[in-house]
Amino acid sequence: MKQIIGNLVACPECDALHRRRPLARGDKARCVRCGAVLYRNPRLRPDQMLPLVVGALVTFGIANFFPIVDLHVQGLHSSSTLFGSIRGLWGEERQMVAALVFATTLLFPLVDLSAMLALLLLSRFGRPAPLWRFVQALRPWGMIEVFMLGILVAVVKLSHLAHVLPGVALWAFAALTVLLAIILSFDPRSLWDHPSGGVS
Amino acid sequence: MTTAAVTAWEAGLVSCPYCGLVCPCLDAVAPPRCPRCGGRLLRRKAESLSRSCAFLVAAAILYIPANLLPVMNSASMFGAEKDTILSGIVYFWTSGSQGLAALIFFVSILVPMLKMAALGSLVWSVHRRSPRHQHQRAFLFRIVEFVGRWSMLDVFVVALMVGLVRFRGLAEIEAGPGAAAFGAVVVLTMLASRSFDPRLIWDRAEDDHD
Repeated sequence: MKQIIGNLVACPECDALHRRRPLARGDKARCVRCGAVLYRNPRLRPDQMLPLVVGALVTFGIANFFPIVDLHVQGLHSSSTLFGSIRGLWGEERQMVAALVFATTLLFPLVDLSAMLALLLLSRFGRPAPLWRFVQALRPWGMIEVFMLGILVAVVKLSHLAHVLPGVALWAFAALTVLLAIILSFDPRSLWDHPSGGVS
Repeated sequence: MTTAAVTAWEAGLVSCPYCGLVCPCLDAVAPPRCPRCGGRLLRRKAESLSRSCAFLVAAAILYIPANLLPVMNSASMFGAEKDTILSGIVYFWTSGSQGLAALIFFVSILVPMLKMAALGSLVWSVHRRSPRHQHQRAFLFRIVEFVGRWSMLDVFVVALMVGLVRFRGLAEIEAGPGAAAFGAVVVLTMLASRSFDPRLIWDRAEDDHD
């Protein structure tokens, strides 16, 4: 009985039951009724994910410690980091907006990446389940990719007003968007299904 | 259209929302926890319809100040200006960036509006236990989930402008009250779609839940 149930998977979007079948690397299984993704076998193994996560953390640091763009207007110069922008918002009585931007572009992505790092490092020894659940709850609220588009819109808007020089952090955010897209496509559930990262 | 699928609910099973393990539903143990990862097991999201409805109403109310109040106050040598979301779009359109104007119109005006309408109709149809158009409704929900976060774009643009444009005396930009309202609309609609359980779309009319 236990064996049979352990081999079942329920569609997260319509609850239809399916029998789990082994997948080739990079494949995903879809629900026959509603087409939602049931489970996937990630293209990258956990030990291949690890360098990506470390790289993303380094890029994250660069993106936050360097100015995003430099503005030049009639001899005047202005530049700001992401954190500087958030402090600016906080300073002018827009604490709610500041907190929202801080959480979605800085805090949540950082916590997500650090937790991923910890989980991948620990995946050989065990699975700290509460941390996994925390990451999964947090994930939809990290919005680096939306912020990247926001940078581009702001740059276009400012280019009417001033001479705009892209800063180091602009490129770092672009790289981070790509890295995060790869990292977030790694479904944490697959670690439960294939603890060693091997094909079942 | 498709063969009648057996659901976990009908088989007396429940699947863990965190690790995906399917386990038998033991109502005796309260609150039930996943034996593998310890996550809380619920057959359907708790109070799905009332929660998403509440978030939707709150979002709809805030949608009005979000569009009427200025999101950005800019002051320069040429005078002060208050920009709402719509006037920002008009500015992009008239200054030659029609593509960007269309993009911002799509993510900040159309998406929040359509998202609220779509979620509202989903909640209503599930409440009526309508068995029709299940595939279309499931697809609609997937779009809503995917596209919702992109509405944050305008909030981020305002935040960046505030941080960047600080030339004392020459030009300064401040965030207006509309930005806070708009951010709240995006968060509330995201909460509304997260509390909605898409499995309710497929549940048979005779099942009793919620």
